[in-house]
Amino acid sequence: MKRLLALRWLPVYAAGAFAFLYLPLLVLAAFSFNSSKFTVWQGFSLRWYQAAFADTQLSEATANSLIIAFTATILSTAIGAACAYGLWKRTNRTLLGVVYLTLVTPEIVTGVSLLAFFEAFFRYLHARLGLHTVILAHIAFSVAYVVLVVLARLRTLDARLEEAALDLGATPWQAFREVTLPSILPAVVAAALLAFTVSFDDYVITSLVAGVGSETLPMVIYALARRGVNPVLNALSAMIFLGLGALVLISQALTRRAETPGADTK
Amino acid sequence: MPSNSDASSRLRRLFLAPSWLVLVSLMVAPLAIVLAYSLLTRSPYGSIGKPWSLDNYSRLADPLYLAIFLRSVWIAAAATLLCLLLGFPLALFISRSGERKNLYLTLVILPFWTSFLIRTYSWMFLLRDTGLINSILLRLGLIHQPLPLLYNYGAVLLGLVYGYLPFAVLPLYATLERLDPSLLEASADLGARPWQTLLRVTLPLAAPGFLAASVLIFIPCLGAYLTPDLLGGGKTVLIGNLINNQFTTARDWPFGSAASLVLMAIVLILLLLGLHRRGEALL
Repeated sequence: MKRLLALRWLPVYAAGAFAFLYLPLLVLAAFSFNSSKFTVWQGFSLRWYQAAFADTQLSEATANSLIIAFTATILSTAIGAACAYGLWKRTNRTLLGVVYLTLVTPEIVTGVSLLAFFEAFFRYLHARLGLHTVILAHIAFSVAYVVLVVLARLRTLDARLEEAALDLGATPWQAFREVTLPSILPAVVAAALLAFTVSFDDYVITSLVAGVGSETLPMVIYALARRGVNPVLNALSAMIFLGLGALVLISQALTRRAETPGADTK
Repeated sequence: MPSNSDASSRLRRLFLAPSWLVLVSLMVAPLAIVLAYSLLTRSPYGSIGKPWSLDNYSRLADPLYLAIFLRSVWIAAAATLLCLLLGFPLALFISRSGERKNLYLTLVILPFWTSFLIRTYSWMFLLRDTGLINSILLRLGLIHQPLPLLYNYGAVLLGLVYGYLPFAVLPLYATLERLDPSLLEASADLGARPWQTLLRVTLPLAAPGFLAASVLIFIPCLGAYLTPDLLGGGKTVLIGNLINNQFTTARDWPFGSAASLVLMAIVLILLLLGLHRRGEALL
């Protein structure tokens, strides 16, 4: 007991834990450069990357995913950041409650309820599922992330700065635009990057509301993964992980910088 | 200045309006529709209509479906426990690593936000019959038949633990970070060995972190769909798969709606019981 808990083993344990988190991904990335189709290392090759870029189904799905993620990110960031600002000085428990509700609702429930909602309305509107329904669904689930990230930043700010601006004759819009917005901008960008990542990666909700002909990249990946070994998928995974990972790192750096005391006192 | 405060509250209403619109029309209304469907009846042709009844809920009491719910609860509980066990030492390590804290925290957060789908797929790559682990073991001659590593509940559990480990580390780290170091010094001064301090001071004081982490892990695991679907194959049925099947292949929306709402009810009850603290620590 004593030896097991000896705290000097902690770094060894931590190294093991980080290996657990990263090894599966690193192995996957390594095998994306394998020239063999099988899980036996044969030599370095970029053929699976070439195959991934040559695949028209993949590029169409990527285009769809990018359109969805960009549109949903811009809208949910604007809506969520405005919401956070509105909740900052005087909170609204009902609205904040609904924000938390969207965060705790299991993805599958969000998915099926949006499907039921769209189908119920579209019966009267004679509309169909497609990219637009995916975009609406992504806005629905990513607004909450934006609200929380921006609200967390706002709560570190001194509200008296805005009051001073108002006392000096600024309109509320000017006070927001000139005083508060510049200090929350890094958090807004961080939130947007997270929203983009969450949107680009979503499968469960997207697959339910996408309908025919609006396949996204995660839907293609899912279908490929179910079918069996496919080295193109390894190459694709490595690229997506690098791309999204970079966004997450930037987002983290922005959040951290904003949290550092004195980072924005000039 | 009344005019200015009027303008302020007008601006505030204007800022809140879009989120009200989005959240009410795309979160609350859909859930209300699911509630209505769960009380309606499916006709033999698949359309939904009257009479109103609680039949869909009583069907869930069938032993077949009860077993699915119990199995989901069991797997989610096991995943939660494993995440806490594996996550606590890591959180402890990070809280004691001085200037490198932020680096380590980022390393924990990075895979979580990056891509759940790809992280799940990476385990399919490792575990399947022609996957890396079986290939290596076969080539070493240790086995002659591939081991059935994928498509079972063990693989689902592994995938959930892998996916939600960061949810354990972050709240535990947050509580450890807030812990008053003088309490630890006092314990040491009074003659406790480091491991005694850990067991009798640090661990009890980290209780709120354990509670927050449990709720944050248990809830998504209970409703998990992707992990059981990909790593469990067709054989595993958990609540998430049940709901998805009712809305896709089986096309029994009223029954799927009832299952969704029971899942929601479990989630909300757990939240009310366990989580006073909010989930902001995660972002």
